[in-house]
Amino acid sequence: MSTDFAREAIEKLRSENESWITDVKDALGEFTATVPASAIVEVCEKLKNEHGFDLLADLCGCDRGPEEDPRFEVNYHLFSTVHYNRVRLKVLLSEDSPNVETVTTVWKTANWHERETYDLVGVIFDGHPDLRRILLPSDFDGHALRKDYPLRGYEPYSLT
Amino acid sequence: MMDESLDSQMTISMGPQHPSTHGVLRLELVLDGEVVVKAKPDIGYLHTGMEKLFEYKKYQQGIVITDRMDYLNPLGNNLAYVMAAEKLLQIEIPPRAQIIRVLMCELQRIASHMVWLGTHALDIGAMSPFFFCFRQREKILNLIEAASGGRMTPSYFRIGGLMMDLPAGFERRVKQFLEDFPAAMDQFETLVSGNTIWQSRTKEIGYISKEDAIDWGLTGPCLRGSGVELDLRRHDPYTGYETYDFEIPVENDGDVWARFRVRMRELYESAKIVRQALERLKPGPTKADAPKVVLPDRDDMRKHMDSLIHHFLIVAEGFNVPEGEVYMPIEASKGELGVYMKSNGGPKPERVHFRGPSFVNLSALPDMSEGELIADVVAIIGSLDIVLGEIDR
Repeated sequence: MSTDFAREAIEKLRSENESWITDVKDALGEFTATVPASAIVEVCEKLKNEHGFDLLADLCGCDRGPEEDPRFEVNYHLFSTVHYNRVRLKVLLSEDSPNVETVTTVWKTANWHERETYDLVGVIFDGHPDLRRILLPSDFDGHALRKDYPLRGYEPYSLT
Repeated sequence: MMDESLDSQMTISMGPQHPSTHGVLRLELVLDGEVVVKAKPDIGYLHTGMEKLFEYKKYQQGIVITDRMDYLNPLGNNLAYVMAAEKLLQIEIPPRAQIIRVLMCELQRIASHMVWLGTHALDIGAMSPFFFCFRQREKILNLIEAASGGRMTPSYFRIGGLMMDLPAGFERRVKQFLEDFPAAMDQFETLVSGNTIWQSRTKEIGYISKEDAIDWGLTGPCLRGSGVELDLRRHDPYTGYETYDFEIPVENDGDVWARFRVRMRELYESAKIVRQALERLKPGPTKADAPKVVLPDRDDMRKHMDSLIHHFLIVAEGFNVPEGEVYMPIEASKGELGVYMKSNGGPKPERVHFRGPSFVNLSALPDMSEGELIADVVAIIGSLDIVLGEIDR
């Protein structure tokens, strides 16, 4: 798929405000823009309202490992039902403050995606209307998809 | 005492053991009489930590995990997963393998829709379509079994091609199925679509507008039922779907009936694609020319030393995948199935995330069911076509 519209939109955003986009990458036919955590809502709003990226296809977190800094990343996969283009926004978060503003104000679908990311990776979405665990039990200790969480878990949900 | 309880609202728990929730889904419903005031889905009963497991398995071992996510559409899951890995590895797949992938995926889509139609009708109270649907599905499962050895867990697509070529006589059996299928569809149209009880149970229920559908991230038949023409097979094509001739069914009403019509019309289109794929099937290799990634044929291993070495290395150590990240979306039977795969250069992925269409479609359920009758919630869940194995992962 071509990434022309994605590239154009990101370039426009960059010329509007230099600090919104810190890095861009075009690899394997996919266009990625790194956005600082403080600007993600503004960037999403602009992309949705002005550039036609109206569908939040996916939102997922990733733990790079405890020795990395920034440790966490949150990936937003946007799709345009007008131009049929995709763009990935990436927010990098440190271990000390894994906080990022919620995008549930932009897309309703972000609600469950953000709950899942909070549940499994432990990223905290500030301003989320209902930030509870979604897949794991509410008394679960820790975040299962973190690299330092053992595969077989801790008590009482341990498999050993 | 009586009057008081009649005035107040009541909270009931629908599920987790409820036949019409298609698995273990719990809905917390706040009712005012028979009207749903608030609906709150509670999921996670089937969570098995598959995404964590991927990180501990080699790339080719991950394929069998994907079978168990959306267990009604396992070939679709296989396809998304192997295509994400192939994109990272930048492997080209030979044309015959591509065509067989399309063929099998469309057969699987028909099988998945058959389960949807049967259970959807069963939920609303029509019992006989269920048996007729499962008869058709059985024929497809037999075909999948003939090709891969597995009925529900085929793992037929491998990174770099297919597990093996189609067995002898497979094309004839698919042709036989295609010959019988229109008659079965006529039966469903008479039994279900033309049934006035069915129509009054599904029309103007569970409405969602075009804007809301996009806002909620709906994809697949649910989105097309709200009047948005979006099908990734056409608009973000993969495995050569752009060369096939098929229509994208769109309905504008946005209710249960519209989503029902979209899926029914999709069945004809899928059969059309299967027919085209059959015509294109020419002899040729089914595995990519990538000896470090694709397992060699048994026969090769007996004759060539290097094949034996490659086989040993792939099985014992796996293969290294170049560093990078991809998001590979496909049009599964329920909507956009996306695989986010990140590699840090080793034989195991750093992160695999599945964007399940059922997960996202279910999140819109409160929006659709609030203000409807409790009996209609059952119809709305059926029209979303959810599979809990994929939602909980």
